[in-house]
Amino acid sequence: MLSLLNELKGPITNGLLLGGLYGIIGIGMSMIFGIVRLVNLAHGDLVILASYLSLVTMTLFSVDPIFTLVIVIPAMCIIGFAVQYYLLNPVLGKGMNPPLLVAFGLSIIFQNLLLLIFTPDARTLFTSISVKTISLWGFLNIPLVYLVDFAGSVITIALLHQLFRRTYLGKAIKAASDDEGAAQLMGINTKTIYAFAMAIATGTAGVAGVAVGITFTFYPQTGPEYLIIAFGVVILGGLGSLFGTFLGGLILGLAQLLGAHFLGPGFQLLSGYLILLIVLTFRPTGLFTKV
Amino acid sequence: MTKTLLRVQEIDVFYHDFHALWEISLEVEETLVVSIIGANGAGKSTLLNTIAGVLNPSQGTIEFQGKKINGIMPYHAVAEGISLVPEGRRVFPRLTVLENLEMGCYIPKARQKKKEVLKKMYELFPILEERKNQLSSTLSGGEQQMLAIGRALMCEPRLILFDEISLGLAPLVIKNIYQRVKQINAEGTTILLVEQDIQRSLKASHKVYIMQSGRIRLEGKPGELSQVDIHKAYFGM
Repeated sequence: MLSLLNELKGPITNGLLLGGLYGIIGIGMSMIFGIVRLVNLAHGDLVILASYLSLVTMTLFSVDPIFTLVIVIPAMCIIGFAVQYYLLNPVLGKGMNPPLLVAFGLSIIFQNLLLLIFTPDARTLFTSISVKTISLWGFLNIPLVYLVDFAGSVITIALLHQLFRRTYLGKAIKAASDDEGAAQLMGINTKTIYAFAMAIATGTAGVAGVAVGITFTFYPQTGPEYLIIAFGVVILGGLGSLFGTFLGGLILGLAQLLGAHFLGPGFQLLSGYLILLIVLTFRPTGLFTKV
Repeated sequence: MTKTLLRVQEIDVFYHDFHALWEISLEVEETLVVSIIGANGAGKSTLLNTIAGVLNPSQGTIEFQGKKINGIMPYHAVAEGISLVPEGRRVFPRLTVLENLEMGCYIPKARQKKKEVLKKMYELFPILEERKNQLSSTLSGGEQQMLAIGRALMCEPRLILFDEISLGLAPLVIKNIYQRVKQINAEGTTILLVEQDIQRSLKASHKVYIMQSGRIRLEGKPGELSQVDIHKAYFGM
């Protein structure tokens, strides 16, 4: 028993920490899915776009990637606002397909734009924390970068929670997603509110992009990989709660690393999706959906 | 003679190909309670939604305080001073009672006076203060209706539109709500309300319009209209 625990402490801790990163990757997608009822197929590419923005900023100012968040988050917010306001809002309310196609088109444009500017070379946001590990009471060694990702994710979700609880903007976003027509009767311009919601969502993609960049290598074509992860997180967590999405991330991370531990590294992705398949079969609305 | 607050002149409204309102004209004078009576499908809600900016008339004009407002968005109508309590209440289920009321004073002008107006609202509907931290979806139908009315009043409108506020409520609750309506009017807010219940409307208002099949069939002061005429207009006979 004790030896099993000893054997599993590594995969469990790393799975949870990786899950935190997955949570922050999924949160923006979950928000937009819940609020604007839009499947943002460009979400993964927005994450990678943020990684490249961070790369440019850190090269220009020769600062640590963590500090590039000061530029990356506002820049991503502006991009998100513009995308929603000028490209997605005009096709909302015209059925399921037009917004989906716009998002898909954006995904292709982002990928090729990044390919054009940055070439297909693999990149990474190198920082001293990328290679450090810290030892917890000699019991466990964990990569510092995972811990930073996890902390970033927790902080972002806590901030989002406060935004939705305390600010007029946050409450108006919830009101607009509950009943768009009634929200307009309150004097809320719901189209602008959607643009702000997208700005916040892409802001979280900014955090995710920096986290991904300091943890893994990325290419212009990596976006869809993270889109799939975001999908997984949203499906596991279900709609309706920030914490549900975060927990969805933790479950996906755990499933991947425990699967890799028991079945071999080749099964890491597969075991994550098997869990997804099981949840979809028995709880198709997600594990933490509020009705 | 009191001043005209709202003047609707010969408006036509369509839902796609369906001609819902035909040359509707009506006037609402300041500080009055005016009601529109009619059976299901007569076009009453359509008319209120058109005044609130949810629908656009294809013909005719809507003037509010002397300013032409047809074609504006609902969120601009609120800023002009028109507030609609929609049919079916439509409170925001995932927001608390207090948050719902806060959404009512979302426009900047109203936001500044939030504290003061909120106090007034709690005096009008004490139950809302008791339940202010509850999710609005946990309220009873009558309480939700009070919340919907309170929410619409938070922006201190000049004109408030009530769309079937008695729908699906117990008689005692309806009585209570109509007492509040009277109180709201006594404090100076002009009211345009839509009702299926003829007697209640006649009792509550200074002037009535009777609609049938998208047209206004009869108008006048409650005391001056005969029962026979009202019934004829209501049923389109």
